Amino acid sequence: MTTEAGSETEVKEKAEESAAEPDQSEKATEDSQEVANAEVEEKEKAKVKEKEEKEGKGISRYLPTWLKKQKSQSQTSPTKEAPPTEEPVSKVTQEEEGPAPEVNGHAEEVEEKEEVKSEQVKEKEAETHSNASADTEPAKEEKVEESAEKSPEETKETTEGEGAEEETKEKEGAVEAEGEAGEGQTSIFQSPLRLVRKNKMKLVVCHVTLLDGTDFTCEVEKRAKGQYLFFKVCEHLNLLEKDYFGLTYQDNHDQKCWLDPTKEIKRQIRSNNWQFAFNVKFYPPDPSLLTEDITRYLLCLQLREDVASGRLPCSFVTHALLGSYTLQAEIGDYEPDQPRPLDFISQLTFAPNQNKEMEEKILELYKSHRGMTPAQADTQFLENAKKLSMYGVDLHHAKDSEGVDIMLGVCANGLLVYKDRLRINRFAWPKILKISYKRNNFYIKIRPGETEQFESTVGFKLQNHRAAKRLWKVCVENHSFFRLNAPEPPTKARFLTLGSKFRYSGRTQAQTRMASSLIDRPAPSFERTSSKRTSRSLDGAPMISITEAGRESAENGREPHLELHSDSKVTVVDVSPGDAEAMLSQHSPGSSELGPPQSSLRVHGDNIYVRHSNLMLEDHDKTQEEVLKHQASISQLKRSFMEAPPPSPPQPNQWEKRLTSSPATIRLQQQQVVSVPQTEAATADNTTSDTKEPAKTTEVEIEETVVVQEISRAPKPGLVTVAASPPAAPSAEQEMREQEVKVQEEAVVVEEAKPRKEESISSESESEEEAEYHPYLPVSISHTQIPEEKEEEEEQEKQEEDKTAELQVLASDASSLPAEVIQPAEETSREEEESRKEDDTETEETEKTTNAEEEKEVERETEESTDDPMVTPDEAPNGLTLPEEGVTVIDAHAEEEEEPKMNGEPSLIEAEPLPQVICCSEPPVVKTEMVTISDTFAAQKTEIATKEVPIVHTETKTITYEAAQLDGNGDGEPGVLMTAQTITSESLCTTTTTHITKTLKGGLSETRIEKRIVITGDCDIDHDQALAQAIKEAKEQHPDMSVTRVVVHKETELAEED
Amino acid sequence: MAGLMAGYGHYTHAVVRGIPASLAKEALRSSQTEVDLAKAVKEHEAYVEVLRTRLGLEVVELPADESLPDCVFVEDAAVVCGDTALITRPGAESRRGETEAMKGALKDLNLNIVEMTDENATLDGGDVLFTGREFFVGLSKRTNQRGAEILADAFKDYAVSTVPVLDGLHLKSFCSMGGPGLIVIGSSEPAQKALKIMQQMSDHRYDKLTVPDDLAANCIYMNLPSKGHVLLHCTAEEFPESAKVLSPPSTFSNFVSLTIKHIHPQSWQEGPPSEQPNWFSGLDLKSTCLCCCSSCPGL
Repeated sequence: MTTEAGSETEVKEKAEESAAEPDQSEKATEDSQEVANAEVEEKEKAKVKEKEEKEGKGISRYLPTWLKKQKSQSQTSPTKEAPPTEEPVSKVTQEEEGPAPEVNGHAEEVEEKEEVKSEQVKEKEAETHSNASADTEPAKEEKVEESAEKSPEETKETTEGEGAEEETKEKEGAVEAEGEAGEGQTSIFQSPLRLVRKNKMKLVVCHVTLLDGTDFTCEVEKRAKGQYLFFKVCEHLNLLEKDYFGLTYQDNHDQKCWLDPTKEIKRQIRSNNWQFAFNVKFYPPDPSLLTEDITRYLLCLQLREDVASGRLPCSFVTHALLGSYTLQAEIGDYEPDQPRPLDFISQLTFAPNQNKEMEEKILELYKSHRGMTPAQADTQFLENAKKLSMYGVDLHHAKDSEGVDIMLGVCANGLLVYKDRLRINRFAWPKILKISYKRNNFYIKIRPGETEQFESTVGFKLQNHRAAKRLWKVCVENHSFFRLNAPEPPTKARFLTLGSKFRYSGRTQAQTRMASSLIDRPAPSFERTSSKRTSRSLDGAPMISITEAGRESAENGREPHLELHSDSKVTVVDVSPGDAEAMLSQHSPGSSELGPPQSSLRVHGDNIYVRHSNLMLEDHDKTQEEVLKHQASISQLKRSFMEAPPPSPPQPNQWEKRLTSSPATIRLQQQQVVSVPQTEAATADNTTSDTKEPAKTTEVEIEETVVVQEISRAPKPGLVTVAASPPAAPSAEQEMREQEVKVQEEAVVVEEAKPRKEESISSESESEEEAEYHPYLPVSISHTQIPEEKEEEEEQEKQEEDKTAELQVLASDASSLPAEVIQPAEETSREEEESRKEDDTETEETEKTTNAEEEKEVERETEESTDDPMVTPDEAPNGLTLPEEGVTVIDAHAEEEEEPKMNGEPSLIEAEPLPQVICCSEPPVVKTEMVTISDTFAAQKTEIATKEVPIVHTETKTITYEAAQLDGNGDGEPGVLMTAQTITSESLCTTTTTHITKTLKGGLSETRIEKRIVITGDCDIDHDQALAQAIKEAKEQHPDMSVTRVVVHKETELAEED
Repeated sequence: MAGLMAGYGHYTHAVVRGIPASLAKEALRSSQTEVDLAKAVKEHEAYVEVLRTRLGLEVVELPADESLPDCVFVEDAAVVCGDTALITRPGAESRRGETEAMKGALKDLNLNIVEMTDENATLDGGDVLFTGREFFVGLSKRTNQRGAEILADAFKDYAVSTVPVLDGLHLKSFCSMGGPGLIVIGSSEPAQKALKIMQQMSDHRYDKLTVPDDLAANCIYMNLPSKGHVLLHCTAEEFPESAKVLSPPSTFSNFVSLTIKHIHPQSWQEGPPSEQPNWFSGLDLKSTCLCCCSSCPGL
């Protein structure tokens, strides 16, 4: 299926691109090349990293990531030519690579990774064997697939390319030839052809208009991908938080388009006008959460332009206020003796309809800002600008079904419909089940309301198919960025499915925030220039100075990254757990959104309470689901490996991501970073779990662990989750292969979630002009949908079967670890609430089983189950949410299998069992949550993983919680343990551990309180009551904080099992 | 000026207008009950007294105009938010003249006056609900799309969403703001439907307070510098069940330092509440209350 699907998707893309864009063929070749490059890069990076590690993390940390990259790339570039030395080096490189890409974005992450690396390296080496094989194999597979699929595309592309650009043609032809050959033979990618190309590659001068109005000139290879140029620009700007930004170009119809980082620039611009603009792509809803002032400054520049041009409408007073802050930020304090301030002000443009009155008002307000630093002024500017109703709304002209002119606005919260200036409708992301376009029609499928039985589809007419596709892409990207914890993997092509498989390939907001929180460099100094007022010298020179070799290397690395992204869909899939988490996170933050409007009105506390109970139920279900998912993931993994063409690409991507730092870099980096913490946490968890297990076994009672996280920012958890999936490798390094396995499992879970999406995403459309996108829906949503759809039922059944098998296995193993696993499951269960209830009993049993035994058994089961999961995925594709879940499960299994293989250690086995449990429920969501926790308590998470063998997702979550416990023990690296208290009552033994972590991020202090309550008793305990009590206490103690997550881990020992 | 979008600003002024004798016979009304003019005048006097004395507002009293029987309902004549006052174009032709005096009064308060000159536009202030974060405009018999557009143009900082009002005179005939982020809504089906639409259209989350009687949902929330949070709502005699809901112990307990005052014109008079449904409640605080510093909730 995957192979076919892949082909389909590709075809769709081809068609979508209006046959003018032969991207896919090129991509395929590039991908192969990228893979090779990636490997080389990875090696290089690994080397570099090693060096860095040896030298001391200190310096490298403070170096801008791009500097590191450049160095590595430049150094690497020569080496790249030499065929990649795979095996150990490659393995090492892979690990390093992960960080390296991240390094671009975040030096800190790299550092952390490096630290972990030593440990990880060992583990990785073990894994690497598997990985190495995987790398080479996957790459080959992918290549083959790509070649097969691409070959037609390539021909198209070549023809198209020829028409467009002669030079390009030559290059393309060469590339294509290479690509084709390479596709057939993985070795070819690495072979000299590439080198030759590089040598032959012509350089093109790109002109990028920056936000301050200056022009940045940069030479790039003609075949360079968008990401290369973008990184160059970010490097020039010294910008680390670059995920909010993007490059735009004017297409042949004078439409502003976003440059796809994963595609060749040349293929996109379709002209010889290499003129771009650096712009804000995703307007952060809360700019105060940005880490660095330079990022805020750039956002200010964009907004000043938006305001001055009228794109961002605001009132007279707001114009004046924003103008006054602009003056304060760019000029500093008002100088009373300045001759004619008004004349100066009148030279600047603050508003489209600027007049004397406004200028006087600006001056008046400006005077009042005296003493405000530029950074403060920028912050004030943003605080006011962000409240504007059109802030961050990307408007598109359209007509409704009756032909009335309307505007569709895409923003962080969803899709807005305007008629003239009036908002006439709004579709929040959680309300949207599917986004698709066909020709010039744009459709959104709306989730049925409380009183409605069927989903409805709303259609809009765009001016042409290009506009429809542009809108669709913007929707996909905005949804992914703002709503998901991790990007969705590209759609896996389904049989005969056509349409764009475009997916957002960058980091999500959650991920970028996570990454940003790790930025550890002194605030970069930058000069504020009034945009368009002061002409600055062009800063493009340095970029140009880059040697060809360096460029080549960079390109290779980056291209692979890009390719990986496209391929990385698989990696993305890994992230998918994060997505699921994102879904959850979405729900939690905007409960109102998820629930019916009425729910929003409800008191938060009450909602939380309800959720908890649901979560409890869900946990059980999740375990089963996890098992199923495990199986599914395994099967997917198997498929990916086995099925060279279609399925393989995603898997290879994952591998590539792991191996290569570049393509996956962004995601991988994040993931890696997260992973490190997770590994730590996992270790801790393991320890804790061990301790706990004995107690549990002896007492054999019900343990309820309530983790109440009070986080001012809901989104953060999502970030953590993202990290979790990648971190798996690091964790393995640190402690045990088992840990690694766990991480991998987590990743798998993520993948599962992604697959769901992918399936749902899979478009039915026939031509290029069609595409679908299924925003990740919260588990709850999926559940609701399930009943309606037959497919879902099927999936459920399959899942159940898988779960049961897994559960049995787990049951046989009576380990303390299971309990921990259960916790994660519970987290997931919150999302999956209802379905999981049934599973609870099963999960409990699984928990009881010993970790080692369970793990082993699970592994076996998972392997066996893999075949079954394969079947499930097919069902999943049907497009229903339930089916999606099933699919995700499958993915998880596949991943899990891979992971175990790589690690080859028992720990892996353990991890597998956990994933299985998770699969059943909503692993992805859980994962995200887990990840967040892990971030805070990264070091201590390991314990959880082992415990949670059966459920991958759970493992992560569990880890986090456990990490908290560990922190309580006194080791919380991320946070400081403030209080720990134990309360013992008569029949109930309640242990409450409160972990308070205060972190400073970008000047914002975040206080996270994690409370773990362990209730041990031999008889029945009123869980709801205990939960309610715990939550109530937490709320009373911290009235200002909100309870964002409650994880209830119930361990019930079964006498039978024992 | 500081916070452009400070949400609810402090209420400092109230604009009211006297009751003309023509109200009893010539005013537009949905029900055919008779109005006891003397009682109405008495109630109104009591109401103004509360605004001035008990709440300490600067009350601007416009004289009644016999040619404008509905002129007492000042809410419909203007929408004030921040430092901008939009002079409306009432949907009822007989009421168009009411805006003249209102414009003058608001001008005297140094507000930026925006006039609705488009002859295709109609807007009653009673259809405009300002939540502190955004506007909802009811599309009713009195307010049309064009009027809403002009309002959106006048208050560009805020999202302006339209809500169809299928039943009842105005959007605010069955809802109003009961506090920051709190919407008081009637329990009738049209009211609940409108609330759902508003919730769907909004990026913000609101708490809701459902009262049994739609008319009781017409409250006036004020943030007074000296008194804190004040809610003017119906009396227990008028709507016993709703008054219970609106009383402090029950629903407002979650509001910090929320002081709730029982104030309703009718409480000062024993007259038959039958005929004046939204009369006094109709005394618009919108145009009634102008805030100096930031924004004025469009009640």
